[in-house]
Amino acid sequence: MADSDEKSFNMKALTNRSRTVDRKPMTFWEKMYIPAIAKGMSITFGHIFKKKPTINYPEKTRPFSPVFRGLHVLNRDEEGRERCTACGLCALACPAEAITMEAAERLPSEENLYREEKYAAKYEVNMLRCIFCGLCEEACPKDAVYLSETFATANYNRQSFIYGKKDLLIPHPKLQPEEYEKAKGLRVSPK
Amino acid sequence: MHELFLVIDWAMAIEKLILIAFIVILSLVVAMYETYAERKVAAFIQDRRGPNRAGPFGILQPLADGLKLFMKEEIVPNLSNKFLFILGPGIAMLTAMMTSAVVPWSSHIVINGRNFDFQIADVNIGILYIFGVVSMGVYGVMIGGWASNNKFSLLAAIRGASQIISYELAMGLSLIALLMLSGSLSLRTIVEQQQDSIYYVFYQPVGFLIFLVCAFAECNRTPFDLSEAESELNFGYHQEYSSMKLGFYLFAEYVNMFISSAVMATIFFGGYDIPFVNDANFGQEHGQTFLAILQGASLFIKVVIFIFFFIWVRWTIPRFRYDQLMRLGWKGLIPLALVNMIVTGFIILLKQYGWHFS
Repeated sequence: MADSDEKSFNMKALTNRSRTVDRKPMTFWEKMYIPAIAKGMSITFGHIFKKKPTINYPEKTRPFSPVFRGLHVLNRDEEGRERCTACGLCALACPAEAITMEAAERLPSEENLYREEKYAAKYEVNMLRCIFCGLCEEACPKDAVYLSETFATANYNRQSFIYGKKDLLIPHPKLQPEEYEKAKGLRVSPK
Repeated sequence: MHELFLVIDWAMAIEKLILIAFIVILSLVVAMYETYAERKVAAFIQDRRGPNRAGPFGILQPLADGLKLFMKEEIVPNLSNKFLFILGPGIAMLTAMMTSAVVPWSSHIVINGRNFDFQIADVNIGILYIFGVVSMGVYGVMIGGWASNNKFSLLAAIRGASQIISYELAMGLSLIALLMLSGSLSLRTIVEQQQDSIYYVFYQPVGFLIFLVCAFAECNRTPFDLSEAESELNFGYHQEYSSMKLGFYLFAEYVNMFISSAVMATIFFGGYDIPFVNDANFGQEHGQTFLAILQGASLFIKVVIFIFFFIWVRWTIPRFRYDQLMRLGWKGLIPLALVNMIVTGFIILLKQYGWHFS
């Protein structure tokens, strides 16, 4: 039968890995099903005692890599002055148009708050629009915005997903050193 | 009329009522935690963890499930037969609960000189009663399928009903061989006979196997669950049900599982008999009450092992196709049960005549 099939299709085996299908009728023990069932059940029983790969979130979390693109963070320099100058390059670069900002002029009394004369009074990132591509991080000339390792938590309405400056700003390195260290994470800051 | 109050045996009535309430509550609680056990054991077999958020280790998960089912919207299809729609799950649950009336859960305890039996009704025809009630369970499936006004449900209900009645035959035939050995249909007598000698599973291994397979089919349990399979028949006969009616159907399946395990443990594995322990001597030494409690616990452990077995098989074997199922039931199990009966009868006669052929 196999020969006539091959001749009618003119097929030669291309590799030597093909095997003919085993069409023998079932033996008595196979027809009984019981030995096969018993074998299967022993396999499943063994699986009960294997180690489970589940991670008990939120008690344990999987470690992210340092280049993971998560939530935005507005950076400060070593003295605690905000780096962002509201130049708008990140808003221009963003493919989803998620960033909006309003600039303001620095008053002489606020020398220690902001690095340069122009700063961002309102800086808002719409997390529902953001695609976490990291182009804003690449576009920023002042090393002010970068994407950290956390991700945006769930919320009940759309309004709460528009993260303002108070949500995004990194803690002050001088006034809140532990939180600053925690928020900095593993990011290597360019020098 | 006033004489009626004096004629009724109030002690027995109250005793039976308490026992009925206790056993119904026990069945429901066990069925509830069976759902939890199913999810946990299924998860462990599949290399994951199962529900562990509701309470420590997820113990309160069945309560959450029950609450969810209560809170859902009750949908009754427009063109369905309203009376039958509500009757279907009712019959399923009723027959599931009624079977627990004749199972002996433990031996007796003595209060104030009265023997307090842990069996609701020790009728002479115990096993036959169970069969009768299980046959009525077919109605639950059929009525549910018909009243849904849905072709797929009807098809699934027909398949389910035909499956149940096919496997009932083999179940009955396998039990006839057992009855030849025990000589009595009453479940308590069967347990007492097993207390003195070896468990009947060693006398009737093939009978036990047949009964086990048929119990799987009666509970609509994988590998025989094609009447409620998602991919085959869109959830089958309980597709149109929501909220508590669906809860009743699912619960009735778990209560059926529990009762089937209890019946199997009673008939083949000695019921409330504690293995390797001489129960009468134990009762003399430590008191009857303690013995009764231990015996109840022993039956419970056997039932739990069977339930684990049910769940274990469910997650190992793929589903049968309908024609394979029918072929197994009619062409496989019934001849096997008949042969088993003939061989058992032969050996019993041989034993009667002192192992001589003349």
